[in-house]
Amino acid sequence: MAIKVAVNRALTAITALPTAAALTDGNLTLLTTATASSSATLDFTSNINSTYDSYVFKFIDMHPATNDVTFGFQADTGTNTSYNQTLTTTFFQARHAEAGTSSSLAYTTNRDHAQGSGFQTLIYDVGNGNDENCSGELHLFQPSSATFVKHFMSRASNYGQANEAADCFAAGYFNTTTALTRVRFKMSSGNTDAGTIKMYGVGPKQS
Amino acid sequence: MATYASIKYDMDLSSNATGTGGMTLLSTQTASSSATVDFTSSIDSTYKEYLFKCFNLHPATDEVSLQFQVDTGTNTSYNQTMTTTAFQSAHAEADNDTSLEYRTGLDLAQSTSFHSLSNVIGNGNDECISGTLSLFDPSNTTFVKHFTGQFSGYGSGNYNYNSFSAGYVNTTTAITRVRFKFSSGNTDAGTIKMYGVS
Repeated sequence: MAIKVAVNRALTAITALPTAAALTDGNLTLLTTATASSSATLDFTSNINSTYDSYVFKFIDMHPATNDVTFGFQADTGTNTSYNQTLTTTFFQARHAEAGTSSSLAYTTNRDHAQGSGFQTLIYDVGNGNDENCSGELHLFQPSSATFVKHFMSRASNYGQANEAADCFAAGYFNTTTALTRVRFKMSSGNTDAGTIKMYGVGPKQS
Repeated sequence: MATYASIKYDMDLSSNATGTGGMTLLSTQTASSSATVDFTSSIDSTYKEYLFKCFNLHPATDEVSLQFQVDTGTNTSYNQTMTTTAFQSAHAEADNDTSLEYRTGLDLAQSTSFHSLSNVIGNGNDECISGTLSLFDPSNTTFVKHFTGQFSGYGSGNYNYNSFSAGYVNTTTAITRVRFKFSSGNTDAGTIKMYGVS
């Protein structure tokens, strides 16, 4: 948003100045940073509430301890720690081998959910070679709504264990009208050896 | 009604106007019959993500693709090894053709060429391309460097192309510079803004 500069004469009409939050309209406010270090899970258990309409998680240089694993996420309500909310989702990706021998764009049926409660795949076939990793972002919309289901969408780039690039897209909804308060990320097997996940609130705070 | 004496600021405008952890504009490049549009500074370990927003890039030549490459240190070869993907949806203004497909002609497999961020764009007066490119942790010296891009183009033949590409720069050397150009001819007009995301 534009910040209007008042002139002396106009100051008499000002009854309130914008808050810091209002001035972040459309911008990102960093809320939490989680850094992996041989971590079984990376959990965000606070700051997810009605303060912001949407939250974005940027995951950068996620590196698994185990080869050929899936990087995924789930959410939970209140102070629960089961991370097993009901999901219906889609997943597709483009991929291209370093050898140039294969490329594809396809829906991946075994990476989606139909009212499932497992973790949602954000990226699969993640390699654990020294320089292999994945990076991307996940948007979660109105997690505190008590009326509607909660939508999410993600996009990520992967250096796959078979030496290929993948552009991964997941989206869907948590089929609950209970507020989501926490989000967990993890590899499908083994620890996350390295990587950073930053959680931002998007746009102005909701009053 | 406020008076001069009663006006109080409840915030530091200089720091909060961009938001803690928000996007910081680092550089703006404006094309004007430019062979390339280069970002050669401010790409370092300060930010984990760099976001390039491209506005109304207009090629001098018809039927060309917007492309990018990167380089390290103060090198100017822009020939780092990349493996990438590319797919797009397309729709003709005449409403007689639509598609969603992988584009084998736009991707790279361990190549040092420029990566095409779009299908071919037209050079008609109102034709151009806009979109975004994210580059993750370019200064990392352990891992390869990922990127994702999405661009909407007004294609030659009067098509809209929604172009998606992603991939990695297959090096563990820090990336310090980024070059944009069209596959042939100059960039007549347009603006690219580089932001740091903290």
